[in-house]
Amino acid sequence: MRTLINKIMGHRKQDTLIAWLFVAPWAIGFLIFGLYPIIMSLYYSLCQYDVLRVPRFVGLQNYDQLLFEDPYFWKSLWNTLYYVVFRTPLSIIGSLLLASMLNQQLKGMPIFRTIFFIPSIISGVVLSVIWLWMFNPEYGLINSGLAFFGLPGPLWLQSASWSKPALILMSLWTVGGGRMLVFLAALQGIPKHLYEAVELEGGGWWTKFRHVTVPLISPILFLWTVMEVIFSMQVFVEAYIMTNGGPANSTLFFNLHLYNKSFNDFQMGYASAMAWLLLVITLGVTWFQFRLSRRMVYYEGGK
Amino acid sequence: MTLPSAPKMLRMAKRSLSYLFVSASALLFLIPFLWMVSSSLQTEQEIATTDMRWIPETFHWENYVNVFEAMPLWTYFQNSIFVTGLFILGTLLSASLVAYAFSVLQWPGRDKVFILVLATMMLPMQVTMIPIFVLYKNLGWLNTFKPLIVPAFFGGGAFNIFLLRQFFLTIPRELFDSARIDGCNEFQIYWRIVLPLAKPALATVGIMTFLFTWNDFLGPLIYLSDKLKSTMALGIVMFVGQHKTEWALLMVASVIMMLPVILLFLFFQRYFIRGFMMSGIKG
Repeated sequence: MRTLINKIMGHRKQDTLIAWLFVAPWAIGFLIFGLYPIIMSLYYSLCQYDVLRVPRFVGLQNYDQLLFEDPYFWKSLWNTLYYVVFRTPLSIIGSLLLASMLNQQLKGMPIFRTIFFIPSIISGVVLSVIWLWMFNPEYGLINSGLAFFGLPGPLWLQSASWSKPALILMSLWTVGGGRMLVFLAALQGIPKHLYEAVELEGGGWWTKFRHVTVPLISPILFLWTVMEVIFSMQVFVEAYIMTNGGPANSTLFFNLHLYNKSFNDFQMGYASAMAWLLLVITLGVTWFQFRLSRRMVYYEGGK
Repeated sequence: MTLPSAPKMLRMAKRSLSYLFVSASALLFLIPFLWMVSSSLQTEQEIATTDMRWIPETFHWENYVNVFEAMPLWTYFQNSIFVTGLFILGTLLSASLVAYAFSVLQWPGRDKVFILVLATMMLPMQVTMIPIFVLYKNLGWLNTFKPLIVPAFFGGGAFNIFLLRQFFLTIPRELFDSARIDGCNEFQIYWRIVLPLAKPALATVGIMTFLFTWNDFLGPLIYLSDKLKSTMALGIVMFVGQHKTEWALLMVASVIMMLPVILLFLFFQRYFIRGFMMSGIKG
């Protein structure tokens, strides 16, 4: 008996070793590409660092400069806020709308689903190039279309007041992606008898939507709103390619400013401070949303 | 006499209205694609007019040849294939190894470490981007493909580990036990039993990884500076910077970059959908 236990214990030790061999790729990767950069980034954020010379410790100077001396920082924060505030509800509603359309028992739905889905898997680069052409004020499709109806089109990406709406409009082309599929699955999971109950009471589609659909899928709606906010805060590729922050810094988003600071100006310390502020802002916004959700999200079984 | 069929007629009217609505929306989603393909088949002079022409007078297929002279698109394409191929290989190998340890093997601390794996998904890349850049610079890896490939071999991404682990958990344990009795070691079980059984899950991870790597722009932008080392994403953006008015050629290049993604989607739709559904659940 004793020898058997020893044998098992011995095996245990060996098993653990084997397990860590399997985990090793991740563990090494975590140390090199996770833990080490986090520590260094925090350190850089307290330094003046241009990559060529060794980092020079300056304390909280970067943060001080960011918050009180850099007008572009506040401009970029404002632009990002604008983008997030308009894009989030529009894209969530857009996905829900498409999902509801696909949720009807109609023939040919897989084809429609494919058409809605494909824009979401296209590279941000291709997306930007297509829409750069679509928004071309002279020959682009949108202004040509408006001219066809005798309407004057704005300058879109070349106008400080239309550039952000243009980028938001363009981003709505991709609302038919994974989020729409998840919404569709959620809609299909709603028991039919709940809708029938509303019909018996004489309620129309709005009552069904407001009092059955929305409460039942509210946990998923909430989760995807949180994710969408985080995702929208990351806006970068479109702005880099299509406007490079212009005109008049109207599309200088947070991440574009961060990119310019790090890879154009090589102010790595300053940019690291920006990255940490972004993390703090993201966590703060997410925490706030979870606070808010306690009143607005319905969990089955009543929490 | 029409009265009894009234509900039926109402239903039919509703159905037609639904169809009309869905078709109109689908058309709206298709228009940018149609416009792009149409522009790619016209001359620069033809598309620089204010009247909308959807069907070109003559189809200028030569655009699809000329684009390879206007920019080194074939080199870009090869670079993208090279980077994407190796990145997928690294991801599949390392993510499946790690997932094996978190599903088939039993060891102390397993679930705690797994939570750490999941937690890394929350970390925004801006925070790690700069030190990693400095690291590659010190290694002399800038302007090589290494920064775009090597990380894949170290874990393969938390989400992919999670996805494969979920799949491995569904494999009956008896299979492993009987293999162990037959004298297989853990690596043999992983290689000969788990990987062949996990083909659908591996395909899902492979496709999601393809999409991410093929479409990636920020990585190449940061690490590559040599024009001839560019991937398609970076090369096209370089061309935008230099020839902003050559729309027909830009549309051609975009169609070529987009085509592999769309073809892959049409052939492997179910893997895409599974992958995206899983990424919905992870949150």
